[in-house]
Amino acid sequence: MRVAICDYGAGNVRSVELAFRRLGADIVVREPDLVVLPGVGSARRAMAELRARDLDRKLVERVGQGEPVLGICLGLQLALEWSEEDGGVRGLGLLPGRAVRLCAPRVPRMGWADVDGQAYYFAHSYVAETPAASAWSDGLVAEARLGSFLGVQFHPEKSGTVGERYLAGVLAEASGRCRSLA
Amino acid sequence: MPLPRLIPCLDVAAGRVVKGVRFEGLRAVADPVDLAATYSESGADELVFLDVKATLEERDTLVGLVRRVADRVAIPFTVGGGVRTVQDAAELLRAGADKVAVNSAALGRPALVTELAEELGSQAVVVAIDAKGGRVRSRAGTFATTWLAVDWAREAGEHGAGEILVTSIDADGTRAGYDLELTAAVAGAVTVPVIASGGAGSASHVAEALEVVPAVLLASILHEDPARLRSLREELRDLGVQLRDAA
Repeated sequence: MRVAICDYGAGNVRSVELAFRRLGADIVVREPDLVVLPGVGSARRAMAELRARDLDRKLVERVGQGEPVLGICLGLQLALEWSEEDGGVRGLGLLPGRAVRLCAPRVPRMGWADVDGQAYYFAHSYVAETPAASAWSDGLVAEARLGSFLGVQFHPEKSGTVGERYLAGVLAEASGRCRSLA
Repeated sequence: MPLPRLIPCLDVAAGRVVKGVRFEGLRAVADPVDLAATYSESGADELVFLDVKATLEERDTLVGLVRRVADRVAIPFTVGGGVRTVQDAAELLRAGADKVAVNSAALGRPALVTELAEELGSQAVVVAIDAKGGRVRSRAGTFATTWLAVDWAREAGEHGAGEILVTSIDADGTRAGYDLELTAAVAGAVTVPVIASGGAGSASHVAEALEVVPAVLLASILHEDPARLRSLREELRDLGVQLRDAA
């Protein structure tokens, strides 16, 4: 499997890369089976960095062609139409909805929390509100999917063996999708 | 609410663990990467690495260590010691760390916390506070400051800290229990998660602290016997603490 990771200065690129390498994937630049949009930090800065590299256009194009893209954490929030972070940031529009500030006693929401009976690691201050949600954690959107885009609020690359199994599933799904398109 | 977190702390210098290597059978895990892997397999929810020397010469060693840890361990970890600039912090995150901890440098220049939060996101910024008698100490506890721990915690939160790690110097190493008064006061002063540190000697100490804050640092209690983490988790479960199923 060939995995390309959008490197636009986000801090967790290496962790994501290592997680996919552990699963036997090749990290590539060209002709990937799966593109990963990682992300931590601020939405405004991330969008500006994506635009500066023309990655925003390429991601929209890729999803438009039905090819798999995985967004992680901020990568999920950037895929929405809008984020209220940093005074309001327009997103990629791969998913309907917006990212809103978490309303909780303690923010960032930090630590392991349940998604479908398994604990994954979360670290976030904003959360997606989207009709494309496909899994929740404590009532918050943990996963969303539309077409060939899949976004997760948690960090599978930092969620131990549970996260590893999740990413293995994403790879399997991406490879199935590639075969069906071929 | 996320599940309570148990966070083993590894003190490192020159790329080696500097505590917990005295006892029989531990020599094999004196390498911080091996010890980190052991903790991860035993159910640690996160790890903290503190570079206790934190000299300039140490920097490359520390970055190398972070890279090796990230290669082996797929749980979140924080690195502290000698982070003085955004560049220092960014280098550690690029190497695979999830968060950096700042202490003396932030006391010297609180704007550093804001710069780190703006550049890396609040979730990557832990402000570590060492307190004695409720007052903040800097430079590994050797230097008295005029800050009350609660006031500095509040200030750090306002500057963009994503977590506060509060260590009671009075309780540290005593194994007589966490300083719950200090911990509760700090937790009450901020709206970010607080990690209690210093004094854990038993499962009931840990359970008490987890009533007050969502996360605890484990140091001395594990140093002589890293395998203690596994039994500690079982004891905590018996005490009704809900921990993640790490399998």
